[in-house]
Amino acid sequence: MTRRVRIALLAPALLGLGTLFAWAIAGLPPFGEYRGPYGFVLNQIVVPLRHTTNVVMATTFDVRGIDTMGEEFILYASVLGVTLLLRDETGARQVERNTRRLRDDTVRLVGVLMVGGGLLVGLWLVAFGYITPGGGFPGGVVLAGAILVLYLIGSHRDYRPFRNEHVLDPLEGIGTGGYVVVGLAALVGGLAFLTNLFGFGQTGTLASGGSIGILNAAAGIAVTIAMLLLFAEFLETYVVPLEPEDVGS
Amino acid sequence: MSYLPYAVAAWLFLVGLAGVATSKNLIHLAVCLTVTQSASYVLLLTVGYVKHGNAPIFKGIPLGAPAVDPVVQALTLTDVVVSVVVVALILALALDAHRLSGTVDPDGIADISG
Repeated sequence: MTRRVRIALLAPALLGLGTLFAWAIAGLPPFGEYRGPYGFVLNQIVVPLRHTTNVVMATTFDVRGIDTMGEEFILYASVLGVTLLLRDETGARQVERNTRRLRDDTVRLVGVLMVGGGLLVGLWLVAFGYITPGGGFPGGVVLAGAILVLYLIGSHRDYRPFRNEHVLDPLEGIGTGGYVVVGLAALVGGLAFLTNLFGFGQTGTLASGGSIGILNAAAGIAVTIAMLLLFAEFLETYVVPLEPEDVGS
Repeated sequence: MSYLPYAVAAWLFLVGLAGVATSKNLIHLAVCLTVTQSASYVLLLTVGYVKHGNAPIFKGIPLGAPAVDPVVQALTLTDVVVSVVVVALILALALDAHRLSGTVDPDGIADISG
């Protein structure tokens, strides 16, 4: 199909879809007039029931915890897919590794501060995720992003521990599998899968929420490591030798 | 004005879709798909918004204060994760396509087989 034919087909299709959207929007309640019961119900019952102040995370890891398990498996499957797609069997992509460093000390200093600050923010987001805004998913991405800055300011040698499959793979297993283990633990006790097992603690503290905290930590590990595995695969494929004038000693 | 956020969601979806269909570069295509998917974040958060509502995090605000729907926020979280992994897979496929055919133009790689 040529470009022109494709655009000729696309234009009426988009017009039709836009009309359907306009029709659908006209039937929706106006912005700000939320009517569904579930949001109101959860906002009323979650804090008294689970002692967790971040209702979004309590919803993610408790009320619809089984969905989040599926979400972790989506992440896992995608990392697996990228790894299989980019796996180099021919050795054709062997290129010279840049082992030298960035020359500018100011950039490196700012970078180091970003790594430290990013790790701190990421850990805070994961640890307090079910109390204040945050959670294992956003926190894990921030952690992995902070570690990636280390690659930008350092060298392959500095970054090597964070793309070592022998370290990352078991950790990814712990993150994704840990979630399932918490679910199975409830089954062993004769309860439904992923039933919240532990005491709910004092509202608004790290000890609140029962298994929400454990599932949150498992998700944090799984997301951080999944991101690092993705970065590792892309870096492995994309590394290009730098010209001598681009790098210092 | 009260329907503007819905219109933004619809606009993002249509613009992203047009970008995907007319893209000449697989990486550009992945970005367009992200724009398309952003429409669902806007739509979800719009549907759950309560006028003058707080974030559904009852730390520092009293229990029972008006708050927006936490369900759609959790769904948006799932949505973002799915978006990220889909982009990762498309970029991996783009790298493979580039390695096999030497181009990232979807029209240029349509001729190769197996």
